Amino acid sequence: MKWGGKLVQRLVQLGFLVALLGTWHFMTATGTINPLLLPSVPSVWTKFVQIVSNGEYWPHLKITLYEYLVSMCIFVPSGLTVGYLVSRSRFTVRTFDPLFSGLYAIPQIILLPVYILYFGLGPGSKIAVGATIGFFPVVLNTIAGFSSVDRLYITAAKSMGASGFKMFWSVMVPAAWPVVLTGLRIGLIISFLAILGTETIVSLSGLGHRIVTLAELLNTSLMFAYIIFAVMVAIALNFVVSTAEARGKRH
Amino acid sequence: MRTIAQPARPGGFREGLSRVVGTRTADWVAKPGGTRLLIVIAFFIVWEVGVRFFGDPLFLSPPSEVLHGFFILLGEPKVIAAVTLTFWEIFIGFLLSVIIGVSIGLPVGLNLFSRRSLFPIILLLYATPQVVFLPLVILYFGIGTASKIAFGVSHGIFPIIVTVVAGVQNLNPTLLTASRSMGASQRQILRWVVFPHMVPSLFTGMRLGMTGVLLGVLLAELYVSSGGIGYYTRLFTDTFAPSKVFALVGVLAVFAVILNELCRRAETHFNRWRG
Repeated sequence: MKWGGKLVQRLVQLGFLVALLGTWHFMTATGTINPLLLPSVPSVWTKFVQIVSNGEYWPHLKITLYEYLVSMCIFVPSGLTVGYLVSRSRFTVRTFDPLFSGLYAIPQIILLPVYILYFGLGPGSKIAVGATIGFFPVVLNTIAGFSSVDRLYITAAKSMGASGFKMFWSVMVPAAWPVVLTGLRIGLIISFLAILGTETIVSLSGLGHRIVTLAELLNTSLMFAYIIFAVMVAIALNFVVSTAEARGKRH
Repeated sequence: MRTIAQPARPGGFREGLSRVVGTRTADWVAKPGGTRLLIVIAFFIVWEVGVRFFGDPLFLSPPSEVLHGFFILLGEPKVIAAVTLTFWEIFIGFLLSVIIGVSIGLPVGLNLFSRRSLFPIILLLYATPQVVFLPLVILYFGIGTASKIAFGVSHGIFPIIVTVVAGVQNLNPTLLTASRSMGASQRQILRWVVFPHMVPSLFTGMRLGMTGVLLGVLLAELYVSSGGIGYYTRLFTDTFAPSKVFALVGVLAVFAVILNELCRRAETHFNRWRG
C-alpha cells in the first residue's frame, strides 16, 4: 500500500500549499488581478518581514492583548464561580443549565451595538464582548464537570471523614478538572477571536483596527502582511492553550 | 421530574412557600422550569425598575420601552425590509453552505487517501480566525448582499464539512463490502448505505453550520451594511435610540433561538432510526 503512505499524504498537502501560492503568484505576476485587490507574493513577504523585524506590530498587538487579558480576568473567575455554585445542587443545575445553554445558542455578537452604546468605541466594548463570549463555555463546562462527579468518590471520601474543604480540593476539583479545562480552552480561544473580530468591526485601536485601516487606505500588501500576522498569533494562542490543556489533563 | 423537588424538610423553602401561595403554586415554583421562568421574570422586573429610577435614558431602556420600540419598528417599512433582507442573506448563506459543505465533505470523507491528505488542510483552514479576512471579503464582494452571504458561507461550510467527514468515517466498512459484494451500484450504496448513516451527523453539522452562518452574516452586517439589519443597529446606536437597538437585538436573538431549535429538532428526529 504505497499509495496511501505517510510520505504521499505529506506530498499532497505540500502540493496543495504550493499550488495555492503558485496560483496567487501567477495571477499577480501576469497582471490578471489588480494588485490593489491581490498584492504579489514577494511584496507581502517583504512587508511581513518588515513589520516583524522592526516591531511595528507591537503597539497594535499590545492593545489587543490588553483587552484579552482584562476580559480573561473577568470571565474565567466569574465562569468558574457561577458554574461551581450552580453545580452544588441538582435543582440549580436543572434550573440554570438550560438557561445558560439557551443563551449560548444566541450569537452573542449581536450584543455589540448595546455594548458600544454603554462602553464606547474604545477597549471597553471589546473587553465586554470577549468576556461575554468566553463566559458561556467556562460556566457550562464547570457545571457539567462538577455535577457529574461520581457519587462513589464523594461517598467514599465522606465515609473516610473528609472535611468540606478537603472534599472540595482533593475530590471534587480533580474529578471535574478535565471537563472544566476543556471549557477554559474553548473560552480562551473564542474570546480572543471575538475581540479580534469586534476590533475589526468597530474600534479605535488594536490589531483588528490596524487591518481595517489598511484596507480602507487600500494598502493591501501591508494589510495581507497583518492578516498573516494575526492568523499566526491566533494559531500560536491555539497551540499554547491546547498544549496547556493536554498537560493539565495528564497529571 | 417530581423527584428533584423533594426536599420536603419541615420548615423547608417549599413548605413555607406553600403556606403563603398554596400547595399547587409552590409545587410549580419548586420545579426547575418554574424557577427558571421566575428568574427570567425577576430579571426583567429588576431591569425595568432599575432603569426607570436609576438609568440614563440615552443609554438604557426599560423592557416596556423596548417593547414599545419594537412596535414602532414594526410600523417602519424600511426596517422591515432590512430585517427581511438579513433573513434572506442568512437563508441563502445556509443553503449554499450545506450544498458546498456536503459536496466537499463527501468526496473527502469517503476515500481514505483523500481523507488523510486533505482533511488536515480543512482543519487548518477551520482553525484560522476568519474575522481578520472581513475587510478583504468586503473589498472583493462589495458592501452589499454578496459580501454578507460570502462571509456567512465561509463561516458555515467548515463545521458541515468536518461533521460530514466524521459521519462518513464512522461508517462500518463491513456494510460497504457487503453491499458491494451483493452487487449494489455506486449510486445505490450512496443512497441506501452512506446517506442514512450520514444523516444524523449531517444535521449536527447543519446546526453548527447555521450558528456559523448567523455569526458570519451578522459580523459582516455590523461591519458595513447598506440596507441590512447592521445599517439600522448602527443608525440607532449613533442616534442614541437604545429602545430600538434593544428591539432589533431582541428580534435577532429570537430568530437565532428559533433556528437553533429547528435544527436541534431535526437532528433528534433523524437520529431516531438508530433506536
